[in-house]
Amino acid sequence: MFTIFGIPSAALFGQLLIGLINGSFYALLSLGLAVIFGMLNIINFTHGAQYMLGALSAYLLLKYSGLGYWPALLIAPLLVGAIGVVIERLFLQWLYKLDHLYGLLLTFGLALIIEGIGRNYFGSAGLPYTLPDSLRGGQNLGFMFLPNYRVWVIVASLTVCLGTWFVIERTRIGAYLRAATENPTLVRAFGINVPRMITLTYGFGAALAAFAGVMAAPIYNVSPNMGSELIIVVFAVVVIGGMGSIMGAIVTGFGLGVVEGLTKVFFPEASNTVIFVIMAIVLLVRPAGLFGRRA
Amino acid sequence: MRKFLGLAALAAVLACGSASAQQVNVKIGVLTDMASLYADDTGPGSVAAAKMAAADFMKDHPNVKVDVVSADHQNKADVGVQIVNQWIDVDHVDMIADVPNSGVALAVAQVISTKNKVFVASGPASSDLTGPKCQPTTVHMTYDTWMLANGTGKAIVKNGGDTWFFLTSDYAFGHALERDTMAVVTANGGKVLGAVRHPINTSDFSSFLLQAQSSKAKIIGLANAGGDTINAIKQGAEFGIVAGGQKFAGLLVFAPDVAALGLKTAQGLMFTETFYWDLNDATRAWTKRWDKERNSAGKLPSMNMAGVYAGTMHYLKAVAALGSAADGKAVVTKMKAMPTDDPVFGKGTIRADGRALHPAYLFEVKKPEESKYPGDLYILRATIPADEAFRPLKDGGCPLVSG
Repeated sequence: MFTIFGIPSAALFGQLLIGLINGSFYALLSLGLAVIFGMLNIINFTHGAQYMLGALSAYLLLKYSGLGYWPALLIAPLLVGAIGVVIERLFLQWLYKLDHLYGLLLTFGLALIIEGIGRNYFGSAGLPYTLPDSLRGGQNLGFMFLPNYRVWVIVASLTVCLGTWFVIERTRIGAYLRAATENPTLVRAFGINVPRMITLTYGFGAALAAFAGVMAAPIYNVSPNMGSELIIVVFAVVVIGGMGSIMGAIVTGFGLGVVEGLTKVFFPEASNTVIFVIMAIVLLVRPAGLFGRRA
Repeated sequence: MRKFLGLAALAAVLACGSASAQQVNVKIGVLTDMASLYADDTGPGSVAAAKMAAADFMKDHPNVKVDVVSADHQNKADVGVQIVNQWIDVDHVDMIADVPNSGVALAVAQVISTKNKVFVASGPASSDLTGPKCQPTTVHMTYDTWMLANGTGKAIVKNGGDTWFFLTSDYAFGHALERDTMAVVTANGGKVLGAVRHPINTSDFSSFLLQAQSSKAKIIGLANAGGDTINAIKQGAEFGIVAGGQKFAGLLVFAPDVAALGLKTAQGLMFTETFYWDLNDATRAWTKRWDKERNSAGKLPSMNMAGVYAGTMHYLKAVAALGSAADGKAVVTKMKAMPTDDPVFGKGTIRADGRALHPAYLFEVKKPEESKYPGDLYILRATIPADEAFRPLKDGGCPLVSG
C-alpha cells in the first residue's frame, strides 16, 4: 500500500470510481440539456423538474400500480417525454425565433410551478424508494465495497450517452436533425417534417432527464427539490463542456464527477464549489467551453 | 355624600372595566425553512402550530389579539436577519419563533436582543444559544445539541459502540453537534477515529461513506439533519454499512425523516427526541388537531413543531400576565418565572440561561413488521428526566448566569 499526498492509494481508487459514478448522472443530465440546446436553441431550465418527475413517477408507479423499478425505467421516461412534447407544442415552439432569454424564463417558470405543486402534495422530506432486489448487494474489490447498483448506473449511463451521441452524429436521422438546426427551410424543402422532429427531440431530452431520475430514485432522496439541487451543477457542466456539444457534455460530465470526488477526499468543505471554480476558469480561458465551437 | 358615593362607584366600575378589557395586540413571526431540506421538519407545519397556539390562547383570553405571520429564511443568515429587521422595525412583530438552522438562529438571536423583542427558538439545535451566545431575550425550546449527544451518544457507547466516525454538516449546527457528541463519547470511554465535514444539502454521500467505512469505526455518527441525514442513511444501506457491521447513530432525526426513509431502511436506528406524536393521549389529541390545521394528509408533526406550539403558548401567557408585549426582556423574565405546562412536553420550567427543561426520550425505529398503523414508527427505549436531559447550568458558560 502506498500513499498519494498522504491519502492511502486504496481510498483514492475508491474515490475515483465514486467520482465516475456521480459523473454518470452529470453526463446523463447534461447530455439532455446539450441535445435540447444544440437542436432547439432552448436553455431548458425545466430539466431538473423533469428529472424529479422521473423519480416521482417511479415512486407513484410503485405505490399505486405496483410496478417496480424495471417497468418504471421504461414508463417514467415515456410519461415525462410525453409531457415534454406537450410543453414544446404549447409553449416552446413560439419562442425559437426570440432571444434565448425568453426560453430560459419560460422553462425556469415552469420548473418553479412543477416543483411547487410537488412540494404541496409530497412535502420536501422525500419519499421512500428502495433498491430493486436484483441489484442489491455489492462486490468487495479489496480497496472498496462497490454496490452492484452503482455498477449498473455507470453501465446504463455510458450506454445511453454513447447511443445518443451515435444517433445524432453518425446516423441519417441525426444528420437530418443537425441539418434542420442549421437551415430548417432547406431541410423542409426536402420533404422532412421539421417541427415534428424538433418536438420529438425535446420529448427525447425530457425523457433522458426522467431516465436519470428513475436511476437516482433508489439512491438519492426522492423529493420535489432533488432536481433544483442538481441542475445548477449540471448547467455548470454544460457550460464547461461547451453549450450544445454532445461529446463535450458526456466527457465533462464524467470528468467533473471525478474532480468532485477527489475534492471530497482532499478538501471536502469545497466539494460543492469546486465545479464553479473550474467553470469560472474555463470561461476566462475558453469562453465557448472546452468542446464548444466559437459562435 | 350620595353624589360622591355615586361618583366613586362609577370610577371603580370604570377602573375595573379598563383593567379586564385592556386590549393587548401581539404579532408573532414564524421564521422558517419553507421549501428546502428542513421544510418538512419545520416549515408549514411550524406555521400551523403557531396558528393553533394563537387560536387556543385567544379562545381563553378574548382581550388578547394574536396575529401570526411567516417567512422563508432560505437557510441564509443574511436573509434571516433582513426579515427580522423588517418584521420588528416596520411590521411591529413582537416575537420570532422556530428558526431551524443554527447559523441563522445565532445571527437573528443577536438582532432580536438589541431590539428588545423575544426569540422563541424551537427550531435550531446549537447548544451555544444557551451557552456562550445566550441572550436575555432568547428562550430555547424543544432540544439542543448537548441533549441529543447526551441522550443518544451515552446510550450507544454503553451498548458497546465505543469507536466513532463523524459525518458532519459543515456549519454552526453540525460543528456544535459534533463537538458535544465527541465530548460524551470520550467521557464514557469511547474513542473518536475521525470526522469528515460535508456541505449542507449534499445529495451524494458515497465519498464520505467510503471514508467512514475505511475508518473501521463501529459507529458512524451523523451530525447532520433533515435531507442530509436521509441521504446518508439511504446510501449507507446501499454501500452495505450496516451489513458490514458498522452502525449509524442518527444524532438528530425527526419523525418526518423516518417516514421519508421508510422503516425497511431506518429500522433499528436509535436517537433522542422530546416529542413523539404517539407518546401519550395528550400528544395524540394534539396531533389530531395539528393535522386539521396543517391540512396535509399523512404528514407527521416533528418535535420542532411541538416546540413552536409550546413556546408560543407560554410566551402568550407571559404577555397576558404582564399586559404588554413591548418589553422583550421583561416578557422573557416572566416566562422564566412561570412553570411551563402544555400537552406536547408536559410540565417543565425555563432556566436562567433560557433553556426550557422537560423530559427527553430515547427512541428506536420499529421493524416494518412491528408497525401496526400508519405513523407507528418508534419504540420508547428510555425516558431521560428533565434534570438529566439537558446540560447543567454551570457548564454552559452563559454570561447571564455567571454574571
